[in-house]
Amino acid sequence: MLPFLLRRAFSSVIVIFCVISITFVLARITKGGPFDKEKEPPPHIKEALLTRYKLNGTVWDQYTAYVGSLVRFDLGLSTRYRDWRVSELLQQKMPNSFALGTLAFVIASFSGVFLGSLAAMKKDTWIDRSAMFGALLSISIPSFISGPFLIAIFALWLGWLPVGGWGTASQMILPALCLAAPYIAYVARLMRNSLLDVLKSDFLRTARAKGLTETQAVARHAIKVAILPVVTFLGPLAAHLLTGSMIVESVFNISGAGMIFVNSIQNRDVFLLGGAVIVYCVLLVLFNLFVDVIYTLLDKRIKLYA
Amino acid sequence: MPEVAAPASIARPDGWQVLKRNRSALIALGFLAGLSLIAVVVPVLLPEELKLTSSNSFVPPSAAHFLGTDVNGQDMLYRLLSGARVSLGVGLVGALISLVIGTLYGMISGYAGGRIDGVMMRTVEVLQSVPRILFIMILIAALDDYVKEWIDGWRLSAQARNWSDLAKTISDVKPYSKVLVMIVSLGLVEWLTMARIVRGQVLVLREMTFVTASRAMGQSPWGVLRRHLLPNLSTIILTYLTLTIPAVILDESFLSFLGLGIEDPAASWGSLLKDGAQVINPLESKWWLLVFPALLMSASLLALNFLGDGLRDAFDPKSGE
Repeated sequence: MLPFLLRRAFSSVIVIFCVISITFVLARITKGGPFDKEKEPPPHIKEALLTRYKLNGTVWDQYTAYVGSLVRFDLGLSTRYRDWRVSELLQQKMPNSFALGTLAFVIASFSGVFLGSLAAMKKDTWIDRSAMFGALLSISIPSFISGPFLIAIFALWLGWLPVGGWGTASQMILPALCLAAPYIAYVARLMRNSLLDVLKSDFLRTARAKGLTETQAVARHAIKVAILPVVTFLGPLAAHLLTGSMIVESVFNISGAGMIFVNSIQNRDVFLLGGAVIVYCVLLVLFNLFVDVIYTLLDKRIKLYA
Repeated sequence: MPEVAAPASIARPDGWQVLKRNRSALIALGFLAGLSLIAVVVPVLLPEELKLTSSNSFVPPSAAHFLGTDVNGQDMLYRLLSGARVSLGVGLVGALISLVIGTLYGMISGYAGGRIDGVMMRTVEVLQSVPRILFIMILIAALDDYVKEWIDGWRLSAQARNWSDLAKTISDVKPYSKVLVMIVSLGLVEWLTMARIVRGQVLVLREMTFVTASRAMGQSPWGVLRRHLLPNLSTIILTYLTLTIPAVILDESFLSFLGLGIEDPAASWGSLLKDGAQVINPLESKWWLLVFPALLMSASLLALNFLGDGLRDAFDPKSGE
């Protein structure tokens, strides 16, 4: 296990490094610097600003200065929100996105596994057909369509839930559902196909032969094997939820990391953009690693290799 | 050079028949064909005054404007159909670009095998672990200003040579430059799945006797790839093309909804939905701005997914039932 973790950690650091490099270079060769958007400052002030943020000289000089500060775990200063460190901004905004993502993750994985298993056990009945049609439907309705409609129906028309914001439990229901909906469908489809394969296998026939009911056989024996493809999907799922939350944050007016990301591109806020990209990548890498470890714990036949 | 006849297809021979029996996939195909035709033809036929901005903003659906008007007083039917042109066009061309890259990459990787295959597939794994939508956003922001500057440069040089027609065409085209940028950026990042699928198929195909025979007769690697592997890959490529189109359309509208994609005066379903979502308020419902783009986009994505699933059931040897 340890050599595997070390090798993965090493390759992850390289991946993150490449992503940061490409992001920084792309952001700096983009037309319009961070100080060009507002009223053009006098040349000597602009020069002083560029010096303060270490953004003068060639792109290579700026890049080495940035990497140098990253190595010292310094994410730099935001060029847009003056006097704010990037790390402070991220600390302030990340928890909201993280809570939203986690909530949607739990909803998507649990209800997806449940619905998928139900559909597989009732194969070719109306339950199966309506669940699978519902799944295709919710895959085809992206969150920027379902979001405004959920607001219109549940907040404006019925008045049951608040329109937006973040903090109370009632404010979390709509955004989390909206973010989770397509992924409930992906998980359910995956679970259904996988369970259908497992239901045909010999060990399940044995389980039935020794007198277990179908539900008992599925709950005690089949789920454990059938859930493996779903576990491999959890890594990509986390990635989708991280980026998907940008839309949901903008629809429900939640102040989170997704909005930071979008705004920092528009404001040419190089360091904030870099910081956000780093956080995203680190989260993703950690999560994929976590999924791989879980996978071996669930299935003893799999050996970790890197 | 002697030729070895390749079998017509090694996928299940009854693939097209399976597809013909799949009623929902056929309905989906018909819907998409009809929509594409309408999106291309109808905007040309609509009277010119409907297409221009006017002072009649936010008119509800009526006899003059079937689907109402938007904030600029433009007819929603026209906006919706030109949005369909952009969205479907970006989806199709972006998916085609990713098809070319993915197919070439997968074929080379699978056919070369060994160390080259290992490096190429490890690269794909690394790229898959990068949040690609973030990449697209940064890439689009970086490319967009350069493309706009080039277009301005061409317009100026056309004016300098007194080609006023060309200069006018160029300035008409300028608002659509972002469409081009998005097609290229999305095509450049969406090819990973295609590459993996194609490689998997090539690994199977290259062990077949007709490939060995062709190689033994002195056919070059490129010749084998083009004459023997590509024809046998065509159905699976078609299947994953159909599944990539909705993915590209979703990415495009995702970006446009966030204000990083298609901008006025060009429209796409995502930018129309953004405009619709902005005017939601409890006092005055401008439902037509939201409902029509939402319906058309969901129906199109549903149709594409139905068709893709149908094709996969018919042609993908790995899709279980």
